[in-house]
Amino acid sequence: MTTTSTRRVVVGQPLPDRTVKRKKRNWSMAGRIVLLAIASVFILGPVLWTLSTSLRPPAESFQLPPSFLPINPDFSSYGQVFKQLNIMLLVLNSALVTGLIAVGQMLTSALAGYAFANLKFRGRGALFSIVLATMMVPVQVTIVPVFMLIRGMGLSDTLLALILPALPTAFGTFLMRQYFLGLPADLGEAAAIDGASPWRTFRSVYAPLAVPGMAIVGILAFNYHWNEFFRPLIMTISEQNFTLPLGLVSLQGNLGTGSISVVLAGVILSMIPALVVFMFGQRALRDGLTAGTGK
Amino acid sequence: MSTATRPTSATRRGGAAANNHPNGRQRQRWLPWAFLAPTIVGMGLFTLVPIVASVVLAFFRWDIISPPSFVGFDNFAQVAQDPTVRVSFLNTIGFVVVAVALQLGLALALAIMVQEKLPSWLRVFFRSAFFFPLILSAASVSIFMRYLFNEQFGVVNWLLSFIGIPAVPWLTTPTGSAAVVILVYVWQNFGFSFLLFIGGLASIPTETYEAASLDGATGWRKHVHVTLPLLSPTTLVASVMAIINALQVFDQPYVLTGGGPGDSTRTAVMVIFESAFQRLEFGQASAIGVILTLIIMAITALQFRLSKRFVFYQ
Repeated sequence: MTTTSTRRVVVGQPLPDRTVKRKKRNWSMAGRIVLLAIASVFILGPVLWTLSTSLRPPAESFQLPPSFLPINPDFSSYGQVFKQLNIMLLVLNSALVTGLIAVGQMLTSALAGYAFANLKFRGRGALFSIVLATMMVPVQVTIVPVFMLIRGMGLSDTLLALILPALPTAFGTFLMRQYFLGLPADLGEAAAIDGASPWRTFRSVYAPLAVPGMAIVGILAFNYHWNEFFRPLIMTISEQNFTLPLGLVSLQGNLGTGSISVVLAGVILSMIPALVVFMFGQRALRDGLTAGTGK
Repeated sequence: MSTATRPTSATRRGGAAANNHPNGRQRQRWLPWAFLAPTIVGMGLFTLVPIVASVVLAFFRWDIISPPSFVGFDNFAQVAQDPTVRVSFLNTIGFVVVAVALQLGLALALAIMVQEKLPSWLRVFFRSAFFFPLILSAASVSIFMRYLFNEQFGVVNWLLSFIGIPAVPWLTTPTGSAAVVILVYVWQNFGFSFLLFIGGLASIPTETYEAASLDGATGWRKHVHVTLPLLSPTTLVASVMAIINALQVFDQPYVLTGGGPGDSTRTAVMVIFESAFQRLEFGQASAIGVILTLIIMAITALQFRLSKRFVFYQ
């Protein structure tokens, strides 16, 4: 009510301060851009420094003033990384662990999400609540029994110790259930009338439509497990089973402050796959990270 | 029900098992469980059983070598008396308070600035930049940040020298180390809260702002009186998620400071890790884990209550 009366007053005025207002707005926008630019310098600066230092000879690592752009790139540190650290093995381990977990989570979450969304069975609601409740329990709390279990299965210090426990995903199941609920129900009915078995209905009708949702689950799993540090630190003992983050941290420990550029070269190499995901799957990653938090 | 209406088609296609029962629903009672099996078996084995085991283990003394012995509440009593554990919990709480406040404040301010009138290519750039650290590994980030915060040769002290601040002993003093852990953590994680706030801001209808500006609200007053109240559901979710994540901080202090100097940056999860896998006191580690889980559950419960009472929904 009050707003309409105010509006009338404002509209009735003969535009006295239009230009003043516009100028003011331009200034405030410029101010905002400056502040945002400063913030992004603080965010991107450290990464640029890492990149440029990795591309300079080790002797210049601690040179001040620092350079944020490599002038004469020197790739010797990258050669050194391959020499001092079995980085190909680390990459292979990380890729294997991350890839299998991502694919595994896409499958398990699509299956379970479909059951929770489209199939009727006794105890569905209760079971789904249990699945959601497990999200509240942090990994660090279950790690001791999981470690014992893995030991009991004879899998300690293997890559399977990292992969197996990460295959089921509460969050992914939640995400896929939402996704299947968003698909029209009559598709399944139509397929059933045509004589498709429930499995066929899932396999040929719903699963293909749910690929974008599965992609979100896969990308989230990739982002999380490629960067994971805590579980590999506990589950792997011998260096041949280390994943990238673990290998890099132990490289830093071994080298002391000697050749920083070599460590940083390794850090940059480990960022590349994440960067690729960032460039091509940023939207999916954003949607996935914020899914289930709105409303 | 539709499968049951067309038994003929099912017979034509299906095997013997498919046409045993005239009632299609009966026949497929096991089917949902086939879909659920991988998730349920996996979760039962690697989440539910470990949760129960963790609680049980908290009442036992066990070092793997000798058989576990029941000790009642001894582990909890020891944990309460252990100075390292106590300091670590206090550190964690202090860390959560400061880091979450910084993270939310920064994220909210930047989200409001990004969502206001801005050339769209700049908006895309800023959003991507603030989001970027989320894709990096906390361990890698801590590795390069350690060099940046080096007392003699680090870029941070070099920059500070321009505004007349003498070299700060970042990683060799308790306060300096705590500050580095907090700064590095916030640097990497504020983007998550930023994303949530962006989503929340986008859901505020523009008419609300038009009405407010016609009422004479501009600039900061507009945000204090319109944005903040309407954003309260998002703020609640963002703070709870930030608190829960911060309570579990491990990677950054482990790589940056190793918990030191002394115990000054040791956190609750670091103590779980150390008592289990370095001192082989699995019972004690479980007791600490149970306490941490209870805290997290209490915060989640509080969120539910708060969201019913105080949050302003449109």
